[in-house]
Amino acid sequence: MKNALFLVPLFPLVGFLANGLLYALGARPARRDFKHDPHGEQAAAESGKDEGHPHAHMHGETHPRFKSIHSFIGVGSVALSVLFAFGAIFDVGVGTLASGGSHVITLYRWIALGVNQSTSQVPGKAAEWFVDVALRLDSLSALMIAFVTFVGFLIHVYSIGYMGHDRGYGRYFAYLNLFMFSMLVLVLASNFLLLFVGWEGVGLCSYLLIGYDYHKKFAADAGKKAFVVNRIGDFGFILGIFGIFALFGTLDFGQVFATAAATPERFAPYLTLVCLCLFVGACGKSAQVPLYVWLPDAMAGPTPVSALIHAATMVTAGVYMVARCNVLFRLAPDAMLVVAVIGGFTALFAATIGLAQNDIKKVLAYSTVSQLGYMFLACGVGAFVAGMFHVMTHAFFKACLFLGSGSVIHALSGEQDIRKMGGLGLKIRTTYITFLIATLAIAGVPFLAGFFSKDAILAAVFEAHFSQAPWLGKTLWAAALFTAGLTAFYMFRLVSLTFWGTYRGSREEEAHIHESPRSMTVPLVILAFLSIVGGYVGVPIVKGGDQIGKFLSPILLPLAGGEAHAHEAAVSAELLLMAASVAVATVGILLAFFWYAKGNGEVPRRIAAAWPGVYQAVYNKYYVDEFYDAVFVEGLGKGGGRLLWDFDRSVVDGAVNSVALLTRAFSWVASAFDQYVVDGAVNGVADTIQAGYQVFRKAQTGRVQNYALVMGAGLFCVVMAYLLFR
Amino acid sequence: MTITINHYLIVSFLLFSIGFLGVLVRRNFLTVLMSIELMLNAVNLNLIAFSRRLSDLTGQVFAVFVITIAAGEAAIGLALTISLFRQRKTLNVEEADTMKG
Amino acid sequence: MTAASNVLLTGGAGWVFVILSVLALFCAVAVVVARNPVHSALFLLAAFLLVACIFILQQAEFVGAVQILVYAGGIMVLFLFVIMLVHQRTVRGSLAFQNQFDVALLFLPLFLAPFLYVLGTEKLPEIPSTPDALRMIGGRVVGNTEAVSWMLYREYLLPFEVASVFLLVAMIGAVVLGKRTMDKVD
Repeated sequence: MKNALFLVPLFPLVGFLANGLLYALGARPARRDFKHDPHGEQAAAESGKDEGHPHAHMHGETHPRFKSIHSFIGVGSVALSVLFAFGAIFDVGVGTLASGGSHVITLYRWIALGVNQSTSQVPGKAAEWFVDVALRLDSLSALMIAFVTFVGFLIHVYSIGYMGHDRGYGRYFAYLNLFMFSMLVLVLASNFLLLFVGWEGVGLCSYLLIGYDYHKKFAADAGKKAFVVNRIGDFGFILGIFGIFALFGTLDFGQVFATAAATPERFAPYLTLVCLCLFVGACGKSAQVPLYVWLPDAMAGPTPVSALIHAATMVTAGVYMVARCNVLFRLAPDAMLVVAVIGGFTALFAATIGLAQNDIKKVLAYSTVSQLGYMFLACGVGAFVAGMFHVMTHAFFKACLFLGSGSVIHALSGEQDIRKMGGLGLKIRTTYITFLIATLAIAGVPFLAGFFSKDAILAAVFEAHFSQAPWLGKTLWAAALFTAGLTAFYMFRLVSLTFWGTYRGSREEEAHIHESPRSMTVPLVILAFLSIVGGYVGVPIVKGGDQIGKFLSPILLPLAGGEAHAHEAAVSAELLLMAASVAVATVGILLAFFWYAKGNGEVPRRIAAAWPGVYQAVYNKYYVDEFYDAVFVEGLGKGGGRLLWDFDRSVVDGAVNSVALLTRAFSWVASAFDQYVVDGAVNGVADTIQAGYQVFRKAQTGRVQNYALVMGAGLFCVVMAYLLFR
Repeated sequence: MTITINHYLIVSFLLFSIGFLGVLVRRNFLTVLMSIELMLNAVNLNLIAFSRRLSDLTGQVFAVFVITIAAGEAAIGLALTISLFRQRKTLNVEEADTMKG
Repeated sequence: MTAASNVLLTGGAGWVFVILSVLALFCAVAVVVARNPVHSALFLLAAFLLVACIFILQQAEFVGAVQILVYAGGIMVLFLFVIMLVHQRTVRGSLAFQNQFDVALLFLPLFLAPFLYVLGTEKLPEIPSTPDALRMIGGRVVGNTEAVSWMLYREYLLPFEVASVFLLVAMIGAVVLGKRTMDKVD
């Protein structure tokens, strides 16, 4: 089974090709196929609600037969991936993985340069360098593929129900499968280059899926924005890869990390720069400041896409990468500082924006950014295990939250503004309960998954020590704690406004409210369950409770001459910290409950009115998008373009034109030369001869006597010559 | 008076040059012809002198031929003169310059 | 008999030659200078006669006789005929001479000088001469005419015949050229 590891990414790839081919070759419904889709596009276009709404589907039923083929292929391939992923993990052995075992299967040699191609020795010099397509199964990648495939599978099932009425059904599943393939390649890669291939692949799929409703301009724009901002991060990532290659001469994980751990002093001076470059890539992919701006806009894509890509999997790729390179980061304390600061700042920053948002998905988007900040904060202080733990629990409850919001939107036939919701708790019970469970988890309520992982992070941050700025550890902890409170607050604000209170929408919409089909609710239930139990692999304090820590510890290679573990806190300190986080969460929940559920939002409105400037700033996301637009898009992009165009016109064209002018001048000189000198010479000869003959002509008088005279003169000359030279 | 061959040569030469001058100088065509006869005579004189000197009759025979030829040439020349006169109504040699240029 | 060959005439014969030659030269000059063509012709006639005398002085009696007969008697008559025929008048002054008169006159001394110098100073080699060679045929003295005709009809027969052909051609030519009218071809 373990040698069949390559099947794990292969199945989704096959699914993509099959679905894509089928779709491209005509599984699409005809434009005005009224026979097959009674809901017809025209009808959909005429219904005003869908038109203006940011999330209306492209209506038009796919043919039922095709639909089932598409779903079968799409979901089936991921199901097989799940099976083979778990099979491979258990085949290698959980215990083996936990004690540092890794299983690498090499598929083929991708890039082979130089002489030493046949051996599998890692070369030291570029002359013998090669890159293989090789997959690596160790504790970190096993954890990742476990929840990536499973959550992905659940979301595929959910999509059957959610995207059921959509025209581009086959296309959707094709892209989704492609995404799974790319993500699995990313996670299973055993060298930086293959990881980058997966990295780019998920970026591409993000673009394709965000801009899925390409007819809608803002969706297409959001897709482009995501891709472009990602690309900026990728640039940094590539520079980091270059740096690693330059330092180590190889891109294979095992070799790089082993070398770095064994002889850290050789590499440490350079690693700060390399790690910062890698982190730039992580910022782009995982939406940290300043490259987070694409994530809120990415909510223009279908909700399952948001759930899968922007909650559970793609955005965690950055954290995964940082965790994977923990050896390098631990050798570069300055880079770790930057990671921690940015993570902490992003967490707080995004949480504040989330307070004032009115779109259900936007709130969740900013929440995602904030939680990602937590993960990076954890990595920044050295608690890579805690960070990965939070990645896993976050995948569960965030996916549940997104899918739940999708369910709400589906129930309300497209409404996303929470100001128009309310009182849905009784109407859509399953959705409400699962959503509530997930919200409790994210808020950090004890004994749910989020509590354990968030607490692990907070404990690690509290104990963190930065030699460059000793005050930083506690400051970050305070910020993280405050952010936890904000998280609890805005999530319960969301719940209050959506499910509690009274319905604020119109009468006929209220009549349409219906619970989602089973294909959508079952995944919700499963995810909610996981949100409850998912945290028990990392129970602190209790001996033997930190299973995940044990499981992941081999990825934290021991550094030669460095400390092997992060700081451990004393039990009493741990308990105090736990109490603090619980207290903060409680405050947040109660505040939200009283202000929104009981108080109908009166107090927040007064606060907003009292400080209108602050409210406007927060509501408008601190105008960051406008700033980027002005500086980069208009300024650098268009201004730079204009500058270059002017440069081209004046300098380049000027140069070209002056060369042309010079050529013309030269040609004029040449022609003048030809005209006056050459022709002059030729004509001059002719004219001279002509003048000459005019003179000689006079000798031809036609009179014989003249000739006789001349003859006599000639005779005289001859005789004289003879006489003189006799 | 001792006359040597040189004297004869000088005389003959002078005669020849006078005749040559006449050809060059005179405007009347007939006079030119007459000057040519003079030149021929000078040549005859030369021939005879040398014939005497070399005690050879060849010179005299030759002189006979010269006279013969001179006669023929004079006849032709005079016929030409008449023809020329009929054409141009003038015997001015300077006007016979149709080959001018 | 060996006698100095360069000396042709001595004593009184020499003076005769001098007189004759001076007169001949004078007549020649007169031919060239005379304005009236008839005068030129008459002076030419005189020159011919004088030259014939010089011939006879040199034991070339036949040639002298032929000169008088042909030149003086034939050619000069022809000349005079033609002069009469074309009605030449006396031309006044410089109109008798061509435009290149000045150049030619200037040229004359240049022409004369070297020749005269050479001819005057050249010492021709002495060769033995036979006094009566000009009137002997194979050692017999027969007279100049006979000797010349002996040469003419023996060694120089071909040129003799050719000369007669030439005379024939000249005759025909003269007749043709002298025809009164040739139809003009328009």
